[in-house]
Amino acid sequence: MKLESKVPGGPLEERWDRHRAEIKLVSPANKRKFDVIVVGTGLAGASAAASLAELGYKVKAFTILDSPRRSHSIAAQGGINAAKNYPNDGDSIWRLFYDTIKGGDFRSRESNVYRLAQVSANIIDQCVAQGVPFAREYGGYLSNRSFGGAQVSRTFYARGQTGQQLLLGAYGALMRQVDAGQVELYCRREMLDLVVIDGKARGIVCRNLVNGQIEPYLAHAVVLATGGYGNAYYLSTNAMNSNVTAAWRCHRRGAFFANPCFTQIHPTCIPVSGHYQSKLTLMSESLRNDGRVWVPANPGDRRPPQDIPESERDYYLERRYPSFGNLVPRDVASRAAKKVCDDGRGVGETGLAVYLDFADAIRREGVGYIQDKYGNLFEMYEKITGEDPYRVPMRIYPAVHYTMGGLWVDYNLMSTVPGLFVLGEANFSDHGANRLGASALMQGLADGYFIIPYTIGDYFAGAELGAVDENQDPVKASIEECRQRLEKLLSVRGKKSPRQFHREVGQILWDYVGMSRNAEGLRKAQSLLSEIREEYWEEVRVPGEAHMLNKHLEFAGRIADFIELGELLARDALHREESCGAHFREEFQTDEGEPLRRDDEFSYVAAWEYRGVGEEPALHKEILEFENVELATRSYK
Amino acid sequence: MSGDRREMSNKKMTIHLRIWRQEGPATEGKFVSYTVQEVSPDMSFLELLDVLNEQLIDKGDRPVEFDSDCREGICGSCGVVINGIAHGPLRATAACQLHMRHFSDGDTITVEPWRANAFPVLRDLVTDRSAFDRIIAAGGYVSVNTGQAPDAHAIPIPKDAADQAMDAAECIACGACVAACPNASAALFIAAKISQYTFLPQGHPERERRVLRMVQKMDEEGFGNCSNHGECEAVCPKEISIGTIARMRREYMKAVLKRGGTGIE
Repeated sequence: MKLESKVPGGPLEERWDRHRAEIKLVSPANKRKFDVIVVGTGLAGASAAASLAELGYKVKAFTILDSPRRSHSIAAQGGINAAKNYPNDGDSIWRLFYDTIKGGDFRSRESNVYRLAQVSANIIDQCVAQGVPFAREYGGYLSNRSFGGAQVSRTFYARGQTGQQLLLGAYGALMRQVDAGQVELYCRREMLDLVVIDGKARGIVCRNLVNGQIEPYLAHAVVLATGGYGNAYYLSTNAMNSNVTAAWRCHRRGAFFANPCFTQIHPTCIPVSGHYQSKLTLMSESLRNDGRVWVPANPGDRRPPQDIPESERDYYLERRYPSFGNLVPRDVASRAAKKVCDDGRGVGETGLAVYLDFADAIRREGVGYIQDKYGNLFEMYEKITGEDPYRVPMRIYPAVHYTMGGLWVDYNLMSTVPGLFVLGEANFSDHGANRLGASALMQGLADGYFIIPYTIGDYFAGAELGAVDENQDPVKASIEECRQRLEKLLSVRGKKSPRQFHREVGQILWDYVGMSRNAEGLRKAQSLLSEIREEYWEEVRVPGEAHMLNKHLEFAGRIADFIELGELLARDALHREESCGAHFREEFQTDEGEPLRRDDEFSYVAAWEYRGVGEEPALHKEILEFENVELATRSYK
Repeated sequence: MSGDRREMSNKKMTIHLRIWRQEGPATEGKFVSYTVQEVSPDMSFLELLDVLNEQLIDKGDRPVEFDSDCREGICGSCGVVINGIAHGPLRATAACQLHMRHFSDGDTITVEPWRANAFPVLRDLVTDRSAFDRIIAAGGYVSVNTGQAPDAHAIPIPKDAADQAMDAAECIACGACVAACPNASAALFIAAKISQYTFLPQGHPERERRVLRMVQKMDEEGFGNCSNHGECEAVCPKEISIGTIARMRREYMKAVLKRGGTGIE
């Protein structure tokens, strides 16, 4: 199968407009004849479900949580980028496009990224119209701040709760359509399989998480917006329920998985405190606007931070990257933190932390200024650590945060399974090998509000979509498979809890497929993970039964999929013999320890085709063509 | 300060728990006692329940079901009554952000689900809060379709107004306000949403319809009335002010007087 990106031709600036002019439309009267399933109700899913319903499509929206408003987009703190150029500081669609392509280390599709930058301004308009209370200046206009990888201030924010406010905007729009009868909302449902009939995505099979019933739902298309797979690493900034199962089940049904090894390790998270740790908490990148990152200049310096004089501190980001300083992209900042800790200059009990210090900003601007900008983040830090960051510097360390990889999609956001569209973090499309801060919210909402409403119509207008019903063999087979898998998980009754397995899998991925990778370690990860996969089905102990609310059964299924995904992650990382963005292969670095890209050989998207459990997947390459930007070595010095 | 913390971290505690166990909505529940040893003060309360559950699974017992997701105090999933207080003893803190350093070695902690008719218990500590979604569906939004928006700077909004809207918009819909209220009223939850829009020009054309429909929906869902106990404000993890309820009442009275009767067409 040949990957067709379906990128329209012509000048970059005109492609999306031309595409919209050329794609087919569905008339208002006919839209109501099409059913669309939207799985996931975060920014991408909720905005898509609402927008499609507003157009007249009949939508069914699904979430594993008890309400769409709890989707993990809600935890995004810092902000959302848009090329509004309100601060008059030189921003433009081109510059946002270029920063994003460069930030992604030239491993994303030009056309998609340009479109993202184009619609970014519309997102802010839409959210303001919804009553999202963005931060404002005294004149009544919107306030902006800076994020990593940019030299302009283009980030809009609502205190440290931007994701929450944007999600509540999208959720409101979704609930309005529920009220109007255009959306049927299904909460506490977990998608366990994709139903493919005559080669097209026609439905899903879910488990009702309250009573355990297996329920099929059919439609004319399926829109997947189920987020990323960072929880494969066990400890991440993802929520407890974030998982790869829906995407992985689609992969098993024919959707290619692209660039799984592009996983983002966020530099500013609260460090691990103990074995019981269930998740890690992010401290927003926006803090790097005012916080200065440092470690003691000398290894083994155990003095409290206030006792270390300026001359014996190393503000290593400012030293190594003078033009971007503390605002280098995430992958760069994370690797730099790992390096100083590996050199024995880390701080805190474990030595796996660096300081993020606000003393200068507090002296310069006053406590009130810091409180106004970051108050809730400072409170959260104090709640978790018991330390007051107004008095002592925060201790931070990198943690898994976001996954740039995901299901492969074409320009229309359709996967390799016709009728299966993938939005937001669940797809691979816009961030290349590293995502810039405040761009995830932008992409989720761009996909949901402004892209899928156009491209899904083109699919409906051109596809042959006959009637389907629950008695067709693929539906019955899928239901039976889901049921058997659950029964199998419950029947093992082994010695180890799902969480114990998850912790082991996460440790392997963190050690060998984390911030720094090499061929030997990746091979080791592969063999360890394949052993764990086999052990899992012999030793897992899942309590309770299938026909009831049973969260450990839910988790057990997700962990089985994380193990399979982990194998693919390691395989992808091993095959990509270059360093780019978040993917740092020790064998490929410059003399200064910066990543060494190998454009001649690896300027492509690696899209993997599933061939069976434990079988070698097939690699398909989408060659990335750069017609508008010059492939340059990223420099933030 | 970091020195104190290090000393504290090394001190492990023994914690006794009395936890409400209930098979399903139709069955009766009861308290069951458990003990967890080697509890770190840096552990969150929900991590303590995780550790307990691992022990229960090891023994072949059924683990305690509870909702939790972000564990950063923003998704609103978690919600348990800890020693009689919704989300526990720490002010302005959701249960997921409550750490064991606020308890002492040997403490017995009682853990219950939210108790309100409008929030039936599904199992153990898990309740059904979908009534909140239905209330939002009745009007907790600005009716604007995708693509209808003017430029974001078309309407300047005073900073104070935006800030006050944000104060109200911080609600995470956890339901602690309902759980703490002797009447199980959802007034604070609804008032927060209504207040947000009273400060903003967006959505004004539908402001009367909004407050009338949302209040009516609240009554239909079986929540009680507000009689100014103020318990809601005291337990709110986001410190939503009870002043929002006064604002909602004004908004409601204005709507009724303007439109007559219940005012809903």
